[in-house]
Formats: sequence, structure tokens, C-alpha cells
Amino acid sequence: MTDATQTNASDAAPKMTKGSLLVQDVRTRRRNAAEARFKAYGMIAISIGLLMLVILVYNIVSRGTGAFQQTFVTLSVELPADKLDKKGNGDIEEIKKVSTFGYSPLLSAAMAQTVRDLGIKTDMKPKDMGEILSKGAASQLRDYVLADISVIGRTATFELLASSRVDGYLKDRVTRDSIANDKNISVEQLDLVDALVAAGVVEKRFNIGFITGSDASDQRPEAAGIGVSMIGSLFMMIVVLVLALPIGVAASIYLEEFAPKNWITDIIEVNISNLAAVPSIVFGILGLAVFINYMHLPNSAPLVGGLVLTLMTLPTIIISTRASLKAVPPSIRDAALGVGASKMQSVFHHVLPLAAPGILTGTIIGLAQALGETAPLLLIGMVGFIASNAPDSIASGLLSPNSAMPAQIYEWAKRSDPAFYERAWGGIIILLVFLVTMNTIAVILRRRFERRW
Amino acid sequence: MNFGVTGLVVLAVLALTGVAFVLARSRALASAGGDVRKLHSLPSYYGYNAAMFTAVPALGVMVIWLLAQPVVTQNAVIQMIPAATVAEGSSINLVMSDVRRVADGLDQAVAKGAMTQEQAANLRAGQSDVRGRLAEVGVALGSDVQPEVLAAAQQYRVLTTRWNSLMAGVVLALALGGLALSISVATKDFRARNTVEKGVLGLLVVAASLAILTTVGIVLSMLFETLNFFRLHPWTDFFFGTSWAPNFRGNSELSILPLLWGTLYISFIALAVAVPIGLFSAIYLSEYAGPKVRALAKPLLEILAGIPTIVYGLFALLTVGPALVRVFGRGDQGLLGVEWMSGATAVLTAGLVMGIMLIPFVSSLSDDIINAVPQSLRDGSFGLGATHSETIRQVVLPAALPGIVGAILLAASRAIGETMIVVLGAGAIAKFSLNPFEAMTTITTRIVSQLTGDTDFASAETLVAFALGLTLFVLTLGLNVIALYIVRKYREQYE
Repeated sequence: MTDATQTNASDAAPKMTKGSLLVQDVRTRRRNAAEARFKAYGMIAISIGLLMLVILVYNIVSRGTGAFQQTFVTLSVELPADKLDKKGNGDIEEIKKVSTFGYSPLLSAAMAQTVRDLGIKTDMKPKDMGEILSKGAASQLRDYVLADISVIGRTATFELLASSRVDGYLKDRVTRDSIANDKNISVEQLDLVDALVAAGVVEKRFNIGFITGSDASDQRPEAAGIGVSMIGSLFMMIVVLVLALPIGVAASIYLEEFAPKNWITDIIEVNISNLAAVPSIVFGILGLAVFINYMHLPNSAPLVGGLVLTLMTLPTIIISTRASLKAVPPSIRDAALGVGASKMQSVFHHVLPLAAPGILTGTIIGLAQALGETAPLLLIGMVGFIASNAPDSIASGLLSPNSAMPAQIYEWAKRSDPAFYERAWGGIIILLVFLVTMNTIAVILRRRFERRW
Repeated sequence: MNFGVTGLVVLAVLALTGVAFVLARSRALASAGGDVRKLHSLPSYYGYNAAMFTAVPALGVMVIWLLAQPVVTQNAVIQMIPAATVAEGSSINLVMSDVRRVADGLDQAVAKGAMTQEQAANLRAGQSDVRGRLAEVGVALGSDVQPEVLAAAQQYRVLTTRWNSLMAGVVLALALGGLALSISVATKDFRARNTVEKGVLGLLVVAASLAILTTVGIVLSMLFETLNFFRLHPWTDFFFGTSWAPNFRGNSELSILPLLWGTLYISFIALAVAVPIGLFSAIYLSEYAGPKVRALAKPLLEILAGIPTIVYGLFALLTVGPALVRVFGRGDQGLLGVEWMSGATAVLTAGLVMGIMLIPFVSSLSDDIINAVPQSLRDGSFGLGATHSETIRQVVLPAALPGIVGAILLAASRAIGETMIVVLGAGAIAKFSLNPFEAMTTITTRIVSQLTGDTDFASAETLVAFALGLTLFVLTLGLNVIALYIVRKYREQYE
């Protein structure tokens, strides 16, 4: 540094005889240009960072909002008694024997009838027309009939999901060019869809099923929802909160207030800061080896996911709790001790309540981190599993197999049908809404309750 | 494991704890004739003391029992299985998992009322179709049940039931004993507060040592399986082989080197993106930006760090990958008219996206470090006539260098351990190649693929994941320890 300045000075010395304050010499100009360049590099770097954020957010929003809209077909379906209740005795066991294959022709017939009523000209067979509907429509019809068998023989109006190709067509994901090799849909069917859209039979509407529903099989992207895995995530977060908060706070209190300065304490401290940086997948391996292979807890259970995420979140909570305990001034402790409180009482009655907002903030941030974590969940089997029903009790919520939001998104991202990608982006929007809410609460808590000493 | 029994025992202990609190508190008060001033401690401390004595030993023993029971039962049952039953290419552990599955199936059959307890206990493999009957209650078995396995399963159930009832007895006895003891000492002269505080301190120590326990758990769980792996597979091939070709029929080549190469290559690209952008951002934010820009840009950049990695993974797979293919691939239809890239998953895809993720790590750590450089150094440099950028390059950065190196090492450890971005964006082909447009695979990706789906914990192909995990752990731990040491050393320098 000093050398550089010296050489600069000696270089500049001969020129100084001709120098002027008003005219910059070559060297000054070069230095000023270097200064401007350097500053520009900084600005460019920040702009790139922010640009990436904008691209990412734009991408998520533009690709994901489609999942919240879904194409529905409104149809009046005749439920003939001679097909559904062949013996005519109204016995529910007999009616249950009619599988969804028995219901599909009814849908095709209803479709053909609607097309005829609207006066749309087409030379398609009813069966092809029926393919506009989701493959799950027949089972929807069957469930409706089995719920109340008195409807047999009447005509009922249904709102049925359209197949994912039709949905994609209305959302511009599927075009007439892109379906050239697609066996699931033909150009004639798309013509019919256009006519039906004009007639108001087929329309796009808000898709509540995506938010509340469960995952669906590969064949029916239109029916897949994220609701059940949301419940799985909720149960995991409950486990994390119930375990990580008390243990984390207890560990921090010990380390910050009671621990003697010796090598054991040092080891614990180094350990915690290292655990915070251990890759999350390693925690997944730990969970697989200890909780599933050794303790034989059930596979894919939110309880196991919660335990793994607890271990992962603990360091985060401990680090932030210690910071907020440290922020409480020693005068508070001294005052409590001075009026006769024991060390334990001074901590639990005075320091801890004062540090509570900070602890809570750290906990919420830790929870948000745990909510978005995917890798450990893959190892304990919370993917590739279609949880079809929401759990009905706390025990089954904790122990029966379920998925979690990020694991569900991963599952969709892996499937081959592009219709699932839209679901994945939509799921990300929901996940991010949760994360943003949690972080906002944390920021508000910090702003409102944190005391500056 | 029987959750019913465990749950009931826990509830019973909690109920006893409540009773203990109330009884001890009132007994202490009564011993002082209702005058609080005559007690050594506040009345509720007597209650806490009793509650602590009732609940803590009982629940502690229960946790240890539940951890130890599977091993003890398994060891007892394993001796019932003759070596001949273990088929070729299989292992005793596999047979044990069959035993457990049959035992679980019998449990479920009893729970659903498909069998009575006696039927389940007296079932004989030869006489009835065990597999069929278990299938009825929804327990699918891969093959027919051998008589030895069935007998072992029945023994397993008997032992489990016996151990469970024994555990319930011991735990409840401990709780009752603690209750009786603590109530008997709850008199006015008993130093209840001191006892409670000692107990609480003990619990705090236990909570703090959980961090160590986790680390020990991580190391042990991976170490044992890694040793098992090296028994099945030569360690020389794992560390020094050149090819990764798992084959579930056995005889696989499982070498870490190609995976390590992929990991390091992707991490290198990620750092090549993140370090310049992050460092220049940090310099701009801490040295040039006004308070308003700083207050806006810093949190915005940090949002990038808060986004879950699955989002980046999807971004890589569905946005960045196809965009790169449009530029570098597709031959004449591409933007450059070249045919370098064929698929969306590639080293470059994963590296770029991971770089974006790492920008805030580098920038906020470097920002802190640059801010910690004393103002007097800058003032001295300005006083000698240096421009702002000269001061930064020749004074501030050299002074902050150790800290920045630490930050970069932390970012590198993060990149090596990152999973979701590479699982979705990097591909699955293990090879040595310098071409960034090719798909390559990483350690974390292989861990995920070897441990998901149907896994057989007796085959080298599954166990290799633990060896990979241990290597990953050691690698990242080493980087972290060095980085934290450098950062700490650096902080001390200016404090």
C-alpha cells in the first residue's frame, strides 16, 4: 500500500510542473475512470441479484396462477335405473357392483345429448366426446349415486372436471400444433371444446379443489391438489414447535446463563454452530437410520418428518435465542439478584420474559426454514405416496403416511405430464404465501416488541 | 412398537404428576399450619418438586427403555432363526425385517378382529395360508412365510408384549415411588426450591447436550452402515475406483470419484457466479450505497436466501434449463445455432441456479465483514489521496480478506451439501467431463436416489449412500470448521 502510493507520487512528480486544477491530466482521468468503473461493477452486481429475484418471482407467479383456475364442464346426466340398478330392488350392495366403467357411457351419452341440444354439428362418437371430461368424472358420478341411491332414475346436473388437455387448451398450454402426436386428444375434440366454450358449457373457474384436495394419480393432473400435504406439513410444524422451542430455549439458557467456561461448554458451542451448517440431507440420513431403521417408527409419517426437522431447526433456534438472551442487559439480572431472587428465578422471572419477543422471532424464522425443507423428507419416504384422505385424528395425523408441501411439489416436478408443472408452480405460490406470512409476523414482532436497551 | 401402551403409560404418569403437585403443595402448607412464612420455600416449589420426582425418572426410564427394547428383542429372536433359513444373497437382517412384518401383520389382524389372540399365537405355517390371511387385513408379504420366520414372529410378539407390560409396570412403579418419596419429604423445613433448581439445571444441561447427541447420532448412524458397506464392497474401489455403475443384481462399481467431480464442478460454477456478484454487491452496499438504497436492496437480496431450495430446483429444471437449451442447443433453431446442449439438466443449469441462491450468503457475510474494518484505515487512505475504489481495493479488501475467504468457504460448503437444485437440475450420469453442457451427478443426488424407493439395507447399492453421506458430512464439516475458525480469528483482530 505504502509502496504503491510512493511510486504514484514519484510518477506524478514530473507532470506536476505542467499540471492545472482545471484540466485533468491523463493519470487523474484514468484514476477517476477506474473509480467510476468500480462503482458501476457494484451497481451491476446488485442489479443482477435483484434482476434474478424479479425473474424468479415473475416466473413463479406467471406459471403458477394457472393452477388456481380450472376448467369445468356443466352437464345434466341422466341416471337410468336399468343401467345402475339392474335388478331394480334398490339394494346398495347390488348398486356398488356397478364400477366406474358402468358410469362412463352415461357421461358420454350426456355429453352427446348436450351437444345435440346446443345444435353443434360434429361427427364424433359419444365416446370421443366423453373424453373431454376428466377420467375421474365417472367416479365422481358413482360417489354421488352411492351417497344417495334415490337419485337413480332421475337427471342431475353436475360440474365435472375437464380433462387436463382441455384445461391446458383453454390456458394456452396445449395448442393445436402441440397435440399432433398426442393420443389423449384430437383436433376435432378441441373444435368441440371451442363450441362448448362459446355455449357456456365449458368454462374456467376458481379451483378450490387445488387448495383443499389431495394428490391424484399420473393420469389425472386436473384433479391434483395440495390440501392433504398441507395438513402433513402442519403436523410436522406442530411437532417441530412442541419439541424445538422448549429444548432450544432450555439449551440456550444453560449455555448463556449457567454454563461454566470450560472445554465441555466450548465443545457444545462449536458443535451447535457446526450443526447449523450440516447439509440438510445428512439429517435425512440420520432420520432414516435412527427413527425408521432403528426405532421402527412408521415410514412417511409426519411425526418422523417433524423429528428430523426438529434436529435441523434446533441450532437456528438456539443461536437466535442466545442472541436475544445476550441482549438483555446485566443490570436486570443484578437487580433481581439484589432483591433476593435466586439465579434461577432471575432468569425465569425476568430475563426470559424480556427476551421472549426475540426468541419467538427466531422460532418463527426457524419454522419457516423447516417448512420449506425438502431433502430430508425424501429420505424418510414422504414422496411418491398419494395420501388421498385428510387424517381424521391427531394420532393418525402424526402416524399415518402423508406428504408435505415441498415434497408434494417435488413429486409433481418429477412427473412427465407438463400439466403437473403448473401444479408444482401453484404449490410453490401457496408455500411462499405461508413463508412470507410467517416472516412478516416475525418482522412485526421484532419491530413492535423488541426493546432497545 | 405398541403406541397404545406407551400412550396410556404417558397419560398415567402425567396424571400422577398432577396429583403429586397438588398433594405435596397442600401437605407442605399443612405442615406449616397454613402460614406461608414458616415454609422454607414458596408453596408451589413443593408442588414442583413432587411433580419433578414423579415425572422425570419415570419418563426418562421410559425413553431409554423404548430405545433399547428393539435391540434386546431382536437379539433374542435372532437366535431362533437357523442359519439355513437365510437364503443365499440375503442376510439375517433381511429375515429379521420379514419377521417384523409378519409380527406387525398379526398385530393388525388381531386389531381388526380377523383373528383372536390365541389364533395368532398358535398359527402354524404348514396348516394355514398365513400370507393369504395377512393379505386380507392389508399386509402384503413378498413370499410365503417360512415356518421358522412365523415362529420367530410369534416369539417376537410374545416378547414385545412381555417387555411392554414390564415397561409399563416399571415406569408406573417409578412414578408412584417418586410420588410417595416427594410427598413424604414435603414438610416445612424441606429445601424445596434448591432441589427444584438443581433439577431444572440438570434438565437444561440435558437439553444443551442434545446438540452433541445429534452429532454423535449422525456420525454413529452413518459410521455403522458405512462399515457394513465396506464389508460388502472393497473400500479401495469406493475411494479410488473410476466409475459409478450401481447394479441391483450385484457386482456394481461404486466409486465416489466421479460423483465428487460432479459435485465440485457444479459448486465451482456456482461460486464463480455467486462470489463476484455477492462480493461486489457487498462492497457497493457497505461502501457506496446511501442508507435508503441499503435499507431497500439488502433485505431484497436476502429474500433470495429465504426461498426454499425446491423452488430453485424447479426454476432450474423448468426455466433456466430450457432457456439454456434455447441458447446453446437445438442446432440451427437455437439462438447461437450450435448443438452443445441436448437436455435441460446440465452442470451449467444447476451451477447457475445454485450461484443465484448463494449470492445473498456471500453478500451478507462479506457485508458484515467489510463493515467491521475500522474506519480509521479508510480515513488514513483517503488522507493520503487515494480514491474511494483504491481505498477499497488496496486497504479495505486486504484487511477483510480472511473474513471474506471464510465467507466463501461457508458458501462452498453450502454448495457441496445442496440437494434439491442438483436433484432436479443436474442429471443422473456419473462421469468425468469438463463439458458444462452435459448432465452430471453429485454426491447428494446419488444419496437421494439410492435411499428412495424400495431399499434393501443389506445390499451394497443401498449402503453406499451412508458412505457417501459420511464423506459429505466430513467434507462440509471440515470446510465449516476452517471457515468459522478464520472468521472468528478475523473478528478478534479488530475487536
